[in-house]
Amino acid sequence: MTGVRVLVGTRKGAFVLTADGTRQEWQVSGPHFAGWEMYHLKGSPADPDRLYASQSGGWFGQVIQRSDDGGATWNPVGNEFAYDGETGTHQWYDGSQRPWEFTRVWHLEPSLTDPDVVYAGIEDAALFRTVDGGQTWQELPGLRRHESGPSWQPGAGGMCLHTIVQDPRDAARLYVAISAAGAFRTDDAGKTWRPINKGLRSEGIPDADAEVGHCVHNLAMHPDRPDVLFMQKHWDVMRSDDGGESWHDIGGNLPTDFGFPIDVHAHEPDTVYVVPIKSDSEHYPLDGSLRVYRSRTGGGEWEPLTNGLPQEHCYVNVLRDAMAVDTLDDCGIYFGTTGGQVYASADAGEHWAPIVRDLPAVLSVEVQTLP
Amino acid sequence: MIRVALPAHLRTLARIGEREVSLELDGTATIAAVLDALEARYPMLRGTMRDHATRKRRAFVRFFACERDLSHDSPDDPLPAAVVSGSEPLLVVGAMAGG
Repeated sequence: MTGVRVLVGTRKGAFVLTADGTRQEWQVSGPHFAGWEMYHLKGSPADPDRLYASQSGGWFGQVIQRSDDGGATWNPVGNEFAYDGETGTHQWYDGSQRPWEFTRVWHLEPSLTDPDVVYAGIEDAALFRTVDGGQTWQELPGLRRHESGPSWQPGAGGMCLHTIVQDPRDAARLYVAISAAGAFRTDDAGKTWRPINKGLRSEGIPDADAEVGHCVHNLAMHPDRPDVLFMQKHWDVMRSDDGGESWHDIGGNLPTDFGFPIDVHAHEPDTVYVVPIKSDSEHYPLDGSLRVYRSRTGGGEWEPLTNGLPQEHCYVNVLRDAMAVDTLDDCGIYFGTTGGQVYASADAGEHWAPIVRDLPAVLSVEVQTLP
Repeated sequence: MIRVALPAHLRTLARIGEREVSLELDGTATIAAVLDALEARYPMLRGTMRDHATRKRRAFVRFFACERDLSHDSPDDPLPAAVVSGSEPLLVVGAMAGG
């Protein structure tokens, strides 16, 4: 029988949650890498036994872990992320220029076709790639060397490249998002990049319609319709129908359009999920009521999904990488909170139940659908 | 023989069961030479105590020995005689910060 494996990164270790296809009974293993910040774990689409994990901490820096047996055992691989050539500078909070400096890996995106190829999004913002299963990492420097690079500046969480989306039609096309520079696209496998932020409007920057400087929080794509992108921005939920060339607002009737994650139903390219958060200064749900919002019209019209979620006294956040969907026939949706809960829905959001309630703050949630 | 005591997180990462590691060094015993030998035996420790490229000590890592903080000394300074003789360990410490 098919099943799912949910990979959860937290502030103090990683957890692996497994269930059969009914997704009713769960086995919980962990903490793995106890005491470390686990920003992201993700499995290879080409080999479900191959997993990668970003392990980091203030004391001892960055470690990358790899599993070849579905998370039963792990081994550290290469952890050197050396910027290519001249490092250059970017804008710092006080307006001064500051050299790019590696802090941590925010996101690991395994190739769709090769388990040894993985993209890594790091802070200070740059894109790296391994082609040897994580033993060595090389920067794709065209992004950091974009002419706008010196004007990029960190958001509150640091200047991080946190989102990497691969076009399943064309391995040379990648999308990334950087806080707070915006979204970028390459059509030549990372050699050259251009900002794709036309239509974004951010009141918090001097030129609200600037080509770069937008705090994009997350991007999502359905593999059957790769020219359509969905974006959760700092404020605003956006959609592009032309591969990021232009964006339009699809916030519609959302009670607030601030938030972090955005995801798409596995079988319905027009069904989109967000978790509205009250504001950029109050990172918790409106009215203490945790609601996932779903649009079945590709945006614009949204409905709250609340069945099984706390509807009072709930003041958690859901971070940008902490939502995922499985690909079972009844699409499962998963998200983790800064309060340590991981919620699952086995029916596309109609009903929710916590898998676990008391983990450390959840940083990331990914799910693998197992044969 | 030089004795090096590593913090728990690094022992776990390198799968070292004992609190201390014993190292034989060629040449002058310095912090840099100890770290070179540690990283050669346990490659997964590269980058965890000092930067890969600059070799600069990570901010929240400290080196103590003989009731002294050696962290701000040059990594190429000779280690105290008691450490070189093995009567005292070199302590690699994760600073008391954060949590």
